[in-house]
Amino acid sequence: MGELDAVYVLWLRDLKRYLRAKSRVFGSIGMPFFFLAFFSLGFRRVEFPGVEIDYVSFISPGIAAMVVLFTGVFSGVSVVWDRQFGFLREIMVSPASRFSIALGRALGGATTAFVQGLIMVAVSMLIGFRPAGNNLLLFPVLLFLTALTFTSIGIAISTVMRDIHGFQIVVNFFVFPIFFLSGALFPLSELPSFVEALAMLNPLTYSVDALRWSTTGYAFFNPILSIAVIFLSCFLFLLLSSFLFSRTEVE
Amino acid sequence: MSVVVKNLVKVFGNIVAVDSINFSVEKGEIFGLLGPNGAGKTTTMKILCTLLKPTSGDAFVEGYSVRRDPKKVREKLGVVFQESTLDIELTVFENLDLHGRLYGMGINERRSRIDELLELVNLEDYRNVQVKKLSGGMKRKLEVIRGIMHSPDILILDEPTLGLDAATRRTIWRHIEEISEDVTIILSTHYMEEAEKLCDRVAVMRNGKIVALDSPQSLKERIGEEIIVLSFESSDINVERLKAVSDGLTGLATHISLNGNAIEIHVKSASAVLPEVMEVLRTLRDVNVKGVEIRKPTLEDVFITLSGDSTSGDEHGGT
Ligand SMILES: Nc1ncnc2c1ncn2[C@@H]1O[C@H](COP(=O)(O)OP(=O)(O)OP(=O)(O)O)[C@@H](O)[C@H]1O
Ligand SMILES: [Mg+2]
Repeated sequence: MGELDAVYVLWLRDLKRYLRAKSRVFGSIGMPFFFLAFFSLGFRRVEFPGVEIDYVSFISPGIAAMVVLFTGVFSGVSVVWDRQFGFLREIMVSPASRFSIALGRALGGATTAFVQGLIMVAVSMLIGFRPAGNNLLLFPVLLFLTALTFTSIGIAISTVMRDIHGFQIVVNFFVFPIFFLSGALFPLSELPSFVEALAMLNPLTYSVDALRWSTTGYAFFNPILSIAVIFLSCFLFLLLSSFLFSRTEVE
Repeated sequence: MSVVVKNLVKVFGNIVAVDSINFSVEKGEIFGLLGPNGAGKTTTMKILCTLLKPTSGDAFVEGYSVRRDPKKVREKLGVVFQESTLDIELTVFENLDLHGRLYGMGINERRSRIDELLELVNLEDYRNVQVKKLSGGMKRKLEVIRGIMHSPDILILDEPTLGLDAATRRTIWRHIEEISEDVTIILSTHYMEEAEKLCDRVAVMRNGKIVALDSPQSLKERIGEEIIVLSFESSDINVERLKAVSDGLTGLATHISLNGNAIEIHVKSASAVLPEVMEVLRTLRDVNVKGVEIRKPTLEDVFITLSGDSTSGDEHGGT
């Protein structure tokens, strides 16, 4: 059978479920929206040394990254729901390879996270964000790859979770630290050096930086480096998640 | 042989769910797995469909090992699980269509097969309804037709007719019989009538082991040709009296058990043993026999005899 068919149906299924659950659209944008609204109000007159752009432009790409981080991880972890509701068994006894299943699931989750991220960008534009520059077309590509990375991480996490109750732990001890350590809200240079070192290990840091660069031209790292890290971590986490996924028993 | 199970063991923590079982199923055969709750039927089936890995031993589907070639095994199978595996957010059609695609069916084939199967179980009107809006039995119907949709070589059905109304159950039986010429079917059920009607052979499991494996007919013969049922006033019957009857009939009955207010005696020939039974009853004073009935054993009798189902109260039954 065509493995591509399997990837496609699983992707399509995620999309259908997404379009059917309106509450998901608002649900996952709500918190990032308040971050955006209150931080850009509160810090609108703040100037960070060495940062040449205004705060709304600084934070908006970071908030888009926040949306794909949260939505992506959540989509990935929701494999646990499929396990609890039994649907995972239907897929796992089909002839589709485990790799195709994980890939289809990751692409589906990444697509919904990506769409949510774009909606967030539109919302940012309503409050004054003006993306510009010659590299704008890279923005959607980088946003999608970031979504794919974090959906894969979510899937990897789901393979070690017994039930959905662990999700709160994932949010508090994984998703939030990743977010705060990414330089989405303030420049990394403001952090003490050991925290900055931690941030350098965080894949989201490079996503935030590259997304900011593609929409405003301002970057902390060399954009080539950030883009390389984005591609590499996407590839690695995709592999990791399908590897872990292929080893799980589904009872 | 379509399916071969060899020394299969599955251990969960300290529970031995499947305890070194062996059986094989021929092409075109309908093979029943019976046994009380927790006997290990579902675990066996989950190993066969590669969801669980055996702790030791192996199983082969069309020659492919579930350990070494799980993907090849899955290509041969259609599975209906005991618990729902539908996507309740999707519609009836979407669930079936997704399944068809996963199994590499082309679009025209999918369409015509979906129409045919929805009609079979009277779900045509629910084609575009989300699964979460269906009744429990409707979901079960959908689950069953989805399992057979891609016309697999081997079907694994874990309590397929669970929760279905009598008419639908019959429809499913008829369909299973129709397709069974070319399809090997392994099914578990708690409906003895179903097993008796459909299965060429059945294995009775208990505590992870197979305690009997034969055709329903031979199994029935094994527990005796006839059963004498003696019914009593409820106050008259107790374990001591059962024991007295049992002792008095040593060598004449294959199995004696208590079932509510009745004692059931499995015998070769009721007419030959009945005088002895009456004799024994005479020795028990203050006992009023309300009725004597002689009947042929059913698969249910076999099941209760073999599986020691606690609700039958036969813990005291002799042999
Ligand atoms: N995932 C699991 N973890 C731990 N124990 C399990 C698991 N699945 C099954 N068991 C145990 O294995 C034994 C066999 O269970 P199984 O589901 O195979 O029984 P069954 O014959 O299908 O019963 P039923 O008729 O109730 O469906 C039971 O004791 C059960 O508690
Ligand atoms: Mg079961």
